[in-house]
Amino acid sequence: MPFVHKHLLGIQHLTASEILTILDTAESLFEISTREVKKVPILRGKTIINLFFEPSTRTRSSFELAAKRLSADIINFNQQTSSVVKGESLKDTVLNLEAMNPDALIIRHFAAGTPHYISTFCRSHIINAGDGAHEHPTQALLDAFTIRQAKKNFKDLKVVIIGDILHSRVARSNIFCLNKLGAKIILSGPPPLLPLEFKKFGVDIDFNLDRAIKGADVIMMLRIQLERQQKSSFPSLREYRNLYSLTKKRFRRAKKNAIIMHPGPINRGVEISAEMADSAKSVILKQVENGIAVRMAILYILLGGKERDSID
Amino acid sequence: MTLLIKNGRVIDPASGTDETLDILIDKRKIAVIKPKIEIEAKKIIDASRLVVAPGFIDMHTHLRDPGQENKETIHSGSLAAAKGGFTSIACMPNTLPVNDNRGVTEYIISEAKKSAVVNIFPIAAVSKDQKGEELTDMADLVDAGAVAFSDDGLPVKQSHIMRRALEYSKLLNTLIIDHCEDKSLTQDGVMHEGYYSYLFGLRGMPASSEEIIVARDLILAEKADARIHIAHLSVKGAIDYIREAKKKKVKVTTEVTPHHLLLADSSLESYDTNLKVNPPLRSKDDVEALVKAIKDGIIDVIVTDHAPHTLDEKNVELDNAPFGINGLETAVSLILDKLVYKNIIPLQKFIEMISTTPAIILGLENKGKIKVGVEADLTILNLHKETVVDIEKFKSKSQNNPFHGWKLIGAPVMTIVGGKIVYSE
Repeated sequence: MPFVHKHLLGIQHLTASEILTILDTAESLFEISTREVKKVPILRGKTIINLFFEPSTRTRSSFELAAKRLSADIINFNQQTSSVVKGESLKDTVLNLEAMNPDALIIRHFAAGTPHYISTFCRSHIINAGDGAHEHPTQALLDAFTIRQAKKNFKDLKVVIIGDILHSRVARSNIFCLNKLGAKIILSGPPPLLPLEFKKFGVDIDFNLDRAIKGADVIMMLRIQLERQQKSSFPSLREYRNLYSLTKKRFRRAKKNAIIMHPGPINRGVEISAEMADSAKSVILKQVENGIAVRMAILYILLGGKERDSID
Repeated sequence: MTLLIKNGRVIDPASGTDETLDILIDKRKIAVIKPKIEIEAKKIIDASRLVVAPGFIDMHTHLRDPGQENKETIHSGSLAAAKGGFTSIACMPNTLPVNDNRGVTEYIISEAKKSAVVNIFPIAAVSKDQKGEELTDMADLVDAGAVAFSDDGLPVKQSHIMRRALEYSKLLNTLIIDHCEDKSLTQDGVMHEGYYSYLFGLRGMPASSEEIIVARDLILAEKADARIHIAHLSVKGAIDYIREAKKKKVKVTTEVTPHHLLLADSSLESYDTNLKVNPPLRSKDDVEALVKAIKDGIIDVIVTDHAPHTLDEKNVELDNAPFGINGLETAVSLILDKLVYKNIIPLQKFIEMISTTPAIILGLENKGKIKVGVEADLTILNLHKETVVDIEKFKSKSQNNPFHGWKLIGAPVMTIVGGKIVYSE
């Protein structure tokens, strides 16, 4: 099924077949990154701007490499060096960048809905690289890609997502994505970070991780945002670690061939023990590798136009 | 100067009138009310097929003057009010500086005399600088012309200050109005907390933050045996507390805005900053409960909570936009269409809620009624007139209104203040 959207603002409004189209495209582009010369001319002449209003190394570099491997020109714009600090409005900043005739803007912003807002007055393609606690669609897509690599099929997979669900855009996008693909999702975390209304997204909730993790195929850890802890959503990191850290002992309750995922950056010894992060079950670095292929796929699908058949 | 309004359907809830009558206005006041007045008047208005109501009163407006005249002034706000069918508006004290002293109250009154086309009644702050810590000089403010007290935009933070304000208000026979929000629960929230805030990834403002302060205020008002007016009611739980309090004869009144009656939290899917308002647009259940509470007589007044903000301030990320909806010019048409035309509440009830009752609550003796001898403040409605909300045509200095483009049936067509036509179609 063709991908008909102009922008990638989130997963919520995509269909399962659109998601699979992206994953299939990523698969066919994956090999480019393993070549001696890691570059194809598919997006030659296209200009992309990475517009990041929140610190990020992984996602930004991943998009940058994805664009470069498709021969697009990409520049980075981040908040520290922009005129936003001089009091320019977001709209003015974006319109100024648009005046330079880019083809796509990749937006990371601390406020939910900002990519959507930008898409209302911009003519470029908008790609959401994470907006507040809303969505992080390319993360969910690369996670789905990684799961498919390990598990072949999504049907009836038991996926446990653990941690600060409330503030996590990664959790939301993954819930939307894996739900559409047929996986069974269980959320676990401390109740203040896991409102029961999340059940309406078609997931189960179990605050007790030892129970939630039983028989899991995929264990997805979320980063605990240490900087948020003054808001006292739970008593202490010590309590959090005791109740929700992925340890070897807890992992034994999952399926033998379960995989461990994390969007990074990880807090070693907080949400995940070093031992588990480095174990053979961990696909954390695979996620990073796959991220490039998935982002190449998104850029190709949105910007590639008619050249779509000439991947090789 | 005489003005004769002929053949209008005169609805005056204060006297229970609803019949076709002529009204003669002479020297600012209503001189004669009779089925047929045959007299030479300087100006004659044919009001056949129109409704003539006592002038509408918005007891919850923000005029931004002094201090933020780029958003609204007393003059522009009064023009917006007149166009919206209001003959009197009460303006909240969260100006710059705050209306917490005689100087600001007197400025508002004198500026209104100079430039306003409708009656302006200042509401003063309960606490100095709205900090919720020290009471303002309430007697002095009443003497200067304040008709009520509120820390609006903020709750009266400390319970003991609220208690003292309520007690002291009895001495002055004045009214305390409270914006009920426990800030420690709402924090930096931007919309109603619930399924949709989780779906949109937006920080939530829980219903409990309103319920807790409403409950506190009801307890304090009961103990003090004082009057309390709950501003912009928005959640079902708070309605239930007020229903119970009214049964116990606690002296509580309350108000609701058109946007809380017509829009729900799900609309934030557009991330439209014009939908960012405090209290936030609530759940569908809350909206239904508010409409029912009007029918049950729990809610007494309809207000606009007119909160003008400039285009630039609203043309930003949702997180960075100020709260507020510019409501003076759409409130009456919205209610006429969505509640009156659709037979959810009777027209008489609506007029009572937007004229008769606010006059009583604010103690405005000669307002909110059509009676010989009172100042001729009248709102004339055309129940059949179709309009399309167009923010470009607003008289207000600001245009932050989410109803742009709505087609509505029923509109104010003429506004008369003190016998003078201040707005006419």
